[in-house]
Amino acid sequence: MQRRSLMKAAATAATLAVFGATTAAAENPVLKIGFVGVTSGPAAAWGISNQRSMEARAAWINETGGYTIGDTTYDIEIVSFDDQKDPKRAIAGMEKMAQEGIHYVVGPNVDDGAAAVRPVAEANDIMYFPYAFPKELYSAPASNAVLGMIANYQSGPAIYKHLMENEGVKTVAFIAANESDPLSQRESGVAAAKELGLEVVSDNVTYQVDTTDFTPVLTPILRARPDLLVLSGVSPANAPQLIRSARELGFQGMISTETAQDAGVLAEGAGDLANGFISVGGASTPELASPMMNEFVERYTAMFGEYNDESNTKVYALEYILETLKATPGAIEDVAAFQASMDDFSAPNPYMNGDEQLTYVGMTSFGQKRQIAVPLVVNVYQNGAFETMFIARVD
Amino acid sequence: MEQVMANGVYLGSQYAMIALGLTLIFALMNVLNFAHGQMYVIGGFVTYTFYGQWGVPFVLALFMSCMTLAIIGALIERYLFAPVIKGSAREESTMLLAAGIAFLLDALILLIFGEKQRGVPKIVDGVFNWDFRLIMPYDRILICVLAILSIVAFIALMQYSKTGRALRALAQDRTAAQLMGVNVDRYSMIGFALGAMLAGLVGGLLVTITGVNLGMGGPTSIKAFMMVMIGGAGVISGAIWGGFILGFMEAFGLAYLSQYGDITYLLIFVSLMIFLAIRPQGLMGKPWG
Repeated sequence: MQRRSLMKAAATAATLAVFGATTAAAENPVLKIGFVGVTSGPAAAWGISNQRSMEARAAWINETGGYTIGDTTYDIEIVSFDDQKDPKRAIAGMEKMAQEGIHYVVGPNVDDGAAAVRPVAEANDIMYFPYAFPKELYSAPASNAVLGMIANYQSGPAIYKHLMENEGVKTVAFIAANESDPLSQRESGVAAAKELGLEVVSDNVTYQVDTTDFTPVLTPILRARPDLLVLSGVSPANAPQLIRSARELGFQGMISTETAQDAGVLAEGAGDLANGFISVGGASTPELASPMMNEFVERYTAMFGEYNDESNTKVYALEYILETLKATPGAIEDVAAFQASMDDFSAPNPYMNGDEQLTYVGMTSFGQKRQIAVPLVVNVYQNGAFETMFIARVD
Repeated sequence: MEQVMANGVYLGSQYAMIALGLTLIFALMNVLNFAHGQMYVIGGFVTYTFYGQWGVPFVLALFMSCMTLAIIGALIERYLFAPVIKGSAREESTMLLAAGIAFLLDALILLIFGEKQRGVPKIVDGVFNWDFRLIMPYDRILICVLAILSIVAFIALMQYSKTGRALRALAQDRTAAQLMGVNVDRYSMIGFALGAMLAGLVGGLLVTITGVNLGMGGPTSIKAFMMVMIGGAGVISGAIWGGFILGFMEAFGLAYLSQYGDITYLLIFVSLMIFLAIRPQGLMGKPWG
């Protein structure tokens, strides 16, 4: 009898504790924002930086009282789904978001996943912010996808042009993993290089995604002795090994990529051999970063133990969604209103110094404003850290 | 050609080491350990933590990696595989258990070590360059030599030690071994721990060259299965042959077929299918299993 009473008391206490916690957390209504992307497997670093950026920012907002849209202040809840880089699972993830009544989703992270979710998003009035490059997702008649970063066909030509003019680069070789995103990035990279007048000396060598030893893969390419070796769509996991193998094989030329990388990972995996490696950076150099960006980095690090360099690009999507909703409160339930407001939307950019604005761009690439405006920062790795090579803008 | 041969030896030696642990566990317990790749990854991360993060000497870090995996392997055998093998006559049960353990280890690796690619300082600097006909960094040569020495040591252990004899007896005929006084439960656990330890050893060695990340486990297991299938499941010499054959096929394919796109593994898989259709027991396996 005593034991039963004790159990009852414990159950009551637990219920009250849970109820109490729920009540405390439910002081504000909750605005759910979705994330569908890869957070496991070899490409986990891409999605995890997305998810953690959103969670760090949401926790920050909630801690400081919530986010006011119209007359209501909301707590932000991030609903996440790991698509395991599988288009079928990405569709399932987007369907889950629809079932939960979520209209704004960040992700997916790769081309085939982003393309796969388009019908589900359009049928269920979901605006989604992929980190994927197919132009048809962002060009009319498509209207629900907003590119969350700089595309390689925007950064690639800028990098090649800079290297031609400043470093005398004349020949280029490409290497890509044998999967859709890197291959697609290689194709557009080759096209851009040819258009700029570069001689492409190798453009058909690929490697398996799970390759760990790149020496045999690189040997035939390096015989062509290019001035520039482009690692198309290279993942942060593969970049250090490719760089290290190329340098150990005696390659003296320049190495670049159009994907964002992590300085710590390069330092550990390639050390000084990575000096001079050029990559597209996060959206925030030390000169550009505002106090709010610096606080974001501190909060992210406190929450997750280690900062991911990509996250200063990936903090933007959630901010754009919330700021656009703030400018058009009716858009919380009405995606058409969100879309209508994108052409004229403008708000101060809290993550950059100066008078920078959050606006939607993409007219040149897509014929409509379906890309968030983040600065195109091109970095060069030097002795364990990235240095800014140049900064450009995308229309 | 010199470069291709050197790449083949290097790749073959590391692949053979990966396959050895897998085939040992299969021989002893008839278990296809889908978590072998994840054990290799844990080995890499343990060495990374001790050597790369805490500055412990590499040899000691490698030892810690081996010990950690041996303990994990022993615990997995004692508390997961042994009860399932005793309670279920169906082979699918152990296969599902192994797949479950692989997922569990993946989740634990993500929680403990994070999602990023990790690397450690080179253990030897410099590159051997023979007139650009053969280029091989010294650390690869060292790892290749260590891998071959480890394989030789493993074979010697299996051949001449009491434990090795007991394990071989267990692999040949479990019931007969038990009747001859071999403590089957004890040696099953030792064998599984030894197989896991080999995964830890190769993970610890290779982290110095390839680095390590969360996603390497699954593909490593697949390659290990291919080697075991080529050489013959459950046969130690078969795993070594399988490893070197796969290593040389990969080195030749990447050197001579890369201009036709990424068809090396396509051809390897097609060759494997044809080979298994002709000789399903693999090179060194017996026709009856």
